[in-house]
Amino acid sequence: MNAQAPLLAVNNIEVIYNEVILVLKGLSLEVQAGQIVALLGANGAGKTTTLKAISGLLKPEDGKVTDGSIEFMGEPIHRLDAEEIVRRGIFQVMEGRRVFEHLSVEENLLAGAYTRRDRHAIPQDIERVYTYFPRLKELRRRRAGYLSGGEQQMLAIGRALMARPRLMLLDEPSLGLAPLLVKEIFDIIRRINAQEGTTVLLVEQNARLALRVADYGYIMENGRIVLEGTPEVLQDNPDVKEFYLGLTEVGKRKSYREVKHYKRRKRWLS
Amino acid sequence: MDRFLQLTITGLSNGMIYALVALGFVIIYKSSDVINFAQGDLLLFGAYLAFAFVAQFGLHWTLGVVLTLVAAVVAGVIIESIVLRPLIGEPVISMIMVTIGLSSVLRAIVNAIWGPRPQSFPAFIPTQDVYIGPAVVGADRLIAIGIALAFLVAFTLFFRFTREGIAMRAIADDQQAALSMGISIKRIFALAWGIAAAAAAVGGIILANIVGVSGDISVLGLRVFPVVILGGLDSIPGAIIGGAIIGLLEAYTGGYIGQGLNLIVPFVVLVLVLMVRPYGLFGKEIIERV
Ligand SMILES: Nc1ncnc2c1ncn2[C@@H]1O[C@H](COP(=O)(O)OP(=O)(O)OP(=O)(O)O)[C@@H](O)[C@H]1O
Ligand SMILES: [Mg+2]
Repeated sequence: MNAQAPLLAVNNIEVIYNEVILVLKGLSLEVQAGQIVALLGANGAGKTTTLKAISGLLKPEDGKVTDGSIEFMGEPIHRLDAEEIVRRGIFQVMEGRRVFEHLSVEENLLAGAYTRRDRHAIPQDIERVYTYFPRLKELRRRRAGYLSGGEQQMLAIGRALMARPRLMLLDEPSLGLAPLLVKEIFDIIRRINAQEGTTVLLVEQNARLALRVADYGYIMENGRIVLEGTPEVLQDNPDVKEFYLGLTEVGKRKSYREVKHYKRRKRWLS
Repeated sequence: MDRFLQLTITGLSNGMIYALVALGFVIIYKSSDVINFAQGDLLLFGAYLAFAFVAQFGLHWTLGVVLTLVAAVVAGVIIESIVLRPLIGEPVISMIMVTIGLSSVLRAIVNAIWGPRPQSFPAFIPTQDVYIGPAVVGADRLIAIGIALAFLVAFTLFFRFTREGIAMRAIADDQQAALSMGISIKRIFALAWGIAAAAAAVGGIILANIVGVSGDISVLGLRVFPVVILGGLDSIPGAIIGGAIIGLLEAYTGGYIGQGLNLIVPFVVLVLVLMVRPYGLFGKEIIERV
């Protein structure tokens, strides 16, 4: 299946914060062009760190890729500034939405288009964002800080679309949203992937949902990938069933924090 | 009544100069959280640059003004990139300390090049008297208000509508998110300093036309603090309205109550305002959704 070169290849990277805190310990993953790839894992596994390593956003947090490489379209990008990485076509939608609160909805979209060279095409791209998120059109003059959580998430994704990225990194788009809204957002992510041809690397806690839209998935623990495969394969894996989908063999929900969890985890890592 | 009108015009013209200097201060504070103690010295520097181009090199004033603005922008960008940029990521307090040092350096440079003696400026803004009803006011005062307002409007439009203006406000809201848009923080900080220096230089040129050049005019630059504290450290409309209020208060107290007091009354008002509105009249509201 890996006949053509991947759009993104993360090769064995190590990330260290503040020169001492080792968070990613030889992490590798690949994203094929046109796919939606899910990156799953528990709190603190290093999912956000992985995305920031790709998008160049580690620097302001005093984090560094100290080993390994990240290649995008065949070229190494792990030493580039965030601005240059955005220009090359990678755009991260950060965890927690991070809209510009004092800017209007439309100004937020314009900020997303900052690196675009074809300025004349921007008005029609704003309209295009509004076709995905009609609600934003009604709110276009509203200050983004007054939007609801769901509307802000829509704006964060719309803002990313404005940059016309080849690869969109989405960090927990379902965070804090009502189930119905989450479903809507995920449907739109799928539509964007299909209609715009945008490749997506999706970080989620909600494994069930992520595996439903993804073409391929990775599961990480403690700074490494411990399992990978197509959604079908991952869903059938007993460990994934138990810890990420919350199901036991007989199909009952199970607590996330059971002691066994840690035993199994060890097995993955050895 | 005519006295009132005179004082109003004088107060407003000073106030608009304060507003220009304050605008620069606000831009730097908004984008980088740095309190620029050298903002008043940028006004001094701008005034002397214009003096050099127009009086010493004998250039036509239009050319002199253009060159002054260009030189001010360049100076602002250089200051940012060699003095402040190395400190990005360090505690903001270090940057603030550096601007205090910068203030002394700028003053020393001006003193070294042009000397401490006040010099007359070849004013190019017409100074003849203008009669408004019974009142007589200097044309230079009216023109000063006009020029300052034009620049303030231009800067405001820049922030509202241009790509760089939106980027600046985005950085003010959330620096890391702005970085994730591909906005270059370095570039925007440099731009902020360039604009701040240019705005102060416009104020300096207008002031030089009215009172000549001397080291004392940086004292007027110090008025930027009551202005921005009154208007709100991060508000552009606040800088303009705060400038007008402080300028008018000074003129009215100086005219009706007594010279000398005009230096105190604005501060008294400032304290009173802050007791009611601690973030200033237009300070950024903290958005809280419920
Ligand atoms: N700026 C930082 N400085 C130091 N340590 C950090 C920093 N950011 C993250 N870490 C640490 O790195 C580890 C991984 O964090 P990361 O945010 O990547 O996890 P995550 O998988 O995204 O978790 P979550 O699901 O809670 O968002 C955690 O132990 C965290 O404490
Ligand atoms: Mg995270």
